[in-house]
Amino acid sequence: MWAMGAEAENLPALLASMPGAPKVAIQPLPWSAAHEKLLTSFAGDSLPDIGQVGNSWFAELTAIDAIEPVPAQYQHLVAGQFPAVVETNRIDGKLMGLPWYVDTRLQFVRSDLFERAGYAAPPETWGAWKEALHRVKSVAGPGNYAILLPINEFEHLTQMALSAGATMLNQDGTRGAFSAPEFREALAFYKSLYDEGLAPLASSSQISNVWNEFARGYFSVYPSGPWTIGDMKSRLPADLQDKWATAPFPGPHGPGSSTPGGSSLVVYKGAHDPAAAWALAAELIAPAAQAKLQALTGDLPPTRAVWGATGLNDDPITRAFGIQLDRARPLPKVPEWERIVTEMQAVADLTVRGQFSIDAAVREMDRRADRLLEKRRWMLERRA
Amino acid sequence: MREAAVRAEARAGWAMTAPALTAIGLFFVVPAFASLILSFTDFDIYALADLNNLRFIGFENYRNLLGNPLFWRAMGNTLWFVVLGVPLIVGLSLAAALLVHARTLKWRAAWRVALFAPFVTTLVATAVVWNYLLHTRYGLINYGLSFLGIAPVDWLGNPRTALPAILLFVAWKSFGYNMIIFLASLQMVSKDLLDAARVDGAGPWMRFRHVVLPSIAPTVLLVAILTVAGMFQLFAEPYVMTQGGPAKSTVTVLYFMFEEGFKWWNLGSGAAVAFILFLCILAVTLVQLKLARRGGAI
Amino acid sequence: MRVLQRYGLTLLAALVALLVLAPLAWMVSVSFMSPGSAAQFPPPLWPEHPTLENYRTLFGTYGIGRYLFNSALVSTLATCLALLFTVPAGYAFAKLRFSGRDAVFQALVAALVVPGQIGMLPLFLELKAMGLVNSYAGALVPWLAGIFGIFLVRQFCLSIPTEMLEAARVDGASETMILRKIVLPTLRPILVTLALFVFLGSWNDFMWPLIVLADQDLYTLPVALAALSREHVQDNELMMAGSVVTVLPVLVLFLVLQRQYLDGLLAGSVKG
Repeated sequence: MWAMGAEAENLPALLASMPGAPKVAIQPLPWSAAHEKLLTSFAGDSLPDIGQVGNSWFAELTAIDAIEPVPAQYQHLVAGQFPAVVETNRIDGKLMGLPWYVDTRLQFVRSDLFERAGYAAPPETWGAWKEALHRVKSVAGPGNYAILLPINEFEHLTQMALSAGATMLNQDGTRGAFSAPEFREALAFYKSLYDEGLAPLASSSQISNVWNEFARGYFSVYPSGPWTIGDMKSRLPADLQDKWATAPFPGPHGPGSSTPGGSSLVVYKGAHDPAAAWALAAELIAPAAQAKLQALTGDLPPTRAVWGATGLNDDPITRAFGIQLDRARPLPKVPEWERIVTEMQAVADLTVRGQFSIDAAVREMDRRADRLLEKRRWMLERRA
Repeated sequence: MREAAVRAEARAGWAMTAPALTAIGLFFVVPAFASLILSFTDFDIYALADLNNLRFIGFENYRNLLGNPLFWRAMGNTLWFVVLGVPLIVGLSLAAALLVHARTLKWRAAWRVALFAPFVTTLVATAVVWNYLLHTRYGLINYGLSFLGIAPVDWLGNPRTALPAILLFVAWKSFGYNMIIFLASLQMVSKDLLDAARVDGAGPWMRFRHVVLPSIAPTVLLVAILTVAGMFQLFAEPYVMTQGGPAKSTVTVLYFMFEEGFKWWNLGSGAAVAFILFLCILAVTLVQLKLARRGGAI
Repeated sequence: MRVLQRYGLTLLAALVALLVLAPLAWMVSVSFMSPGSAAQFPPPLWPEHPTLENYRTLFGTYGIGRYLFNSALVSTLATCLALLFTVPAGYAFAKLRFSGRDAVFQALVAALVVPGQIGMLPLFLELKAMGLVNSYAGALVPWLAGIFGIFLVRQFCLSIPTEMLEAARVDGASETMILRKIVLPTLRPILVTLALFVFLGSWNDFMWPLIVLADQDLYTLPVALAALSREHVQDNELMMAGSVVTVLPVLVLFLVLQRQYLDGLLAGSVKG
């Protein structure tokens, strides 16, 4: 079994807690190389039996026919899980994997600075939110900003696009739809955050220590995921521990969406014993195992009921994640998506720097997306 | 009798070269040509799954590459490596060779070994070491610079300094090999000519310029060509130290090819990059040879 | 003044050598520091409390012994096979007359300009078709096709007097016997150089094993080290220990055989 990051580290403990679990040879992979590795192994016919995959990889893995669909007897296991997350595991209507843990992004905020600016919690509409950011920025003092949006990360623009209701690609994923009014609105809003001095124009590698800067008040809103909870607790000074909170994202006219992230368990084609592999997968996502994984790694369980059992609904920090996950919307499910979104961010970067107007930018994004999707169009036409 | 001996010799000749030639043919020539053919297809992940999804697209890959800003960035970065690196490395190795070759030097063998040692070390291992040497806060290099009153430099985090930082590492790693080549060449410089120049009152710099340099000029050219080819093939350094960043300032052509081929699975496009790489090296080599011929060096 | 003249350059050489070897010395020094102690300003030069803990973690938790074994196996096999393939070929190109010899050799010389990476992607597909991907054999393949080795051996063989070979032929010796009994003994110095060259090259090879080896169990040291470094960027001391393990064997090998290696390289470059 191949697993990544913290999950790989804690798998032995997790398996030990499950009575009757089969012997599993675990190979840990670093997240940064896992995607490459999977594809190289596919080419070399050396995939494992069962593995952890990011749930944005399903389109690719299905396109190359590397994974088995979930057998009928296990499909009921996803009932009661966050629908948007389950949707990411579904390709062409077939369920291809079992969600193992979920995550999404939301705002980590300096609640003390928001309070000083007159807000008990960040507003839920873009207009009011931006106004709040301006107030927080002035409260934080000169030389500081309000929100950290690293210019090289595409997650922030896609989150705003989803909140605005943009689909970014057309219905069957064959052409870009960045020129649609919803995405334009999102891009314009994204750009305005930089233009109005609310976000510093910097890439993630240029912020040497996010925690120091957050503590300093250099920015008061830090969009990130559940992995940051542990970091906040361990890296922020003790006197700041009651001064930060989480809140769901705003949207143009009401609460906003985010991407349903997380990892799923899949069984690869060519596994020695698919039945045993699926049985193991089913065991690993049983509610008890989900709770155990949550305890070991802090990962959020995919089944709603487990949240109540593990107290995640009571903790205000994690409760916001549950709320945000209910509002998540899936991203387009085409294998080329990662490339497309990388190009999108490259153009967005230049737009923020003033080298593209909004009009020209969305047209350029469409152009690049269309080019990347050309093969997919050809294949779909052939199949028709 | 003679006939049989000649035939036996010829048979032996073929038999002895056959294994090597087969290996070269199978594992070098065939892939090289296949690369050319592959570059005219759109081999990608769909084709990997099912060969029926392969299409011949002529020069489309090349056209797309030429229109890809990241490709040009990679070319630009590689050219910077060449422009900055070749003089640096050639100069360093020549200086080192002159030092080790000097008449009054004691324990020559020891210095030879010491200066050659970095070349022998594993690239990945030493890249990891240099990663820490170049660390902004805890690295030895910034520590050393602090004695000169220079503020700590974010070597690998600043797009403008990342490339020179890697170049420094590459120079440290590879100058030893060129030093050996220069040493061999320096030993061939005519002693009589040197003695005559010394008798005539020429100082060390004059002797270098007028006797040594013309004599080793072909070697300088050889080392320059080898170094240029080496600069075009930098991969492990950006892979280990910067992953092509920051802001794509250390993406080299080979790194771009690796990502194109093994991250995005556009094997057709990757093959096109490989072929362009080959043409570049060839072009630069030919230009250098022509310049040298014109300059009378060879 | 006289002293300066006599020892000035030696002093300079010592200084330069110190600078050049400093990164390696620091690497060894940090590998013995306790975890976390190297990440401070000013950076320490010597471990306060030297410890073997990093090495224990490497061999215990991360199983670096396995990668060490893989590297040793692959490099040894590569060296033996490379010698087996290139030595007869180099001799044949130098001393045996057969049709097409010069034309083929010219083609090989021309091929020296072509960078090895040009065929990497198709080679991967080719090995996949042969079922050699993700195996030791796959990692060995590029070392069988070494043109430089043939070049080196041929250069050396050119200086063998043909009369000696003719005399042996007249005495009734077969070509293989000539190769084994007469040529091989004279080739010994260049064999050491070539063997060391291939061993070093294959031990240090990174890009190809990265591509062709998927199973972690088969990783060679450079690939394992690179993977480790991506995961453990913060752990200086551990990574330095890993680097030491990777670099030490070849450095020792080089130091032991450096005379032959450098002499061979020198001789090769002169004629080259």
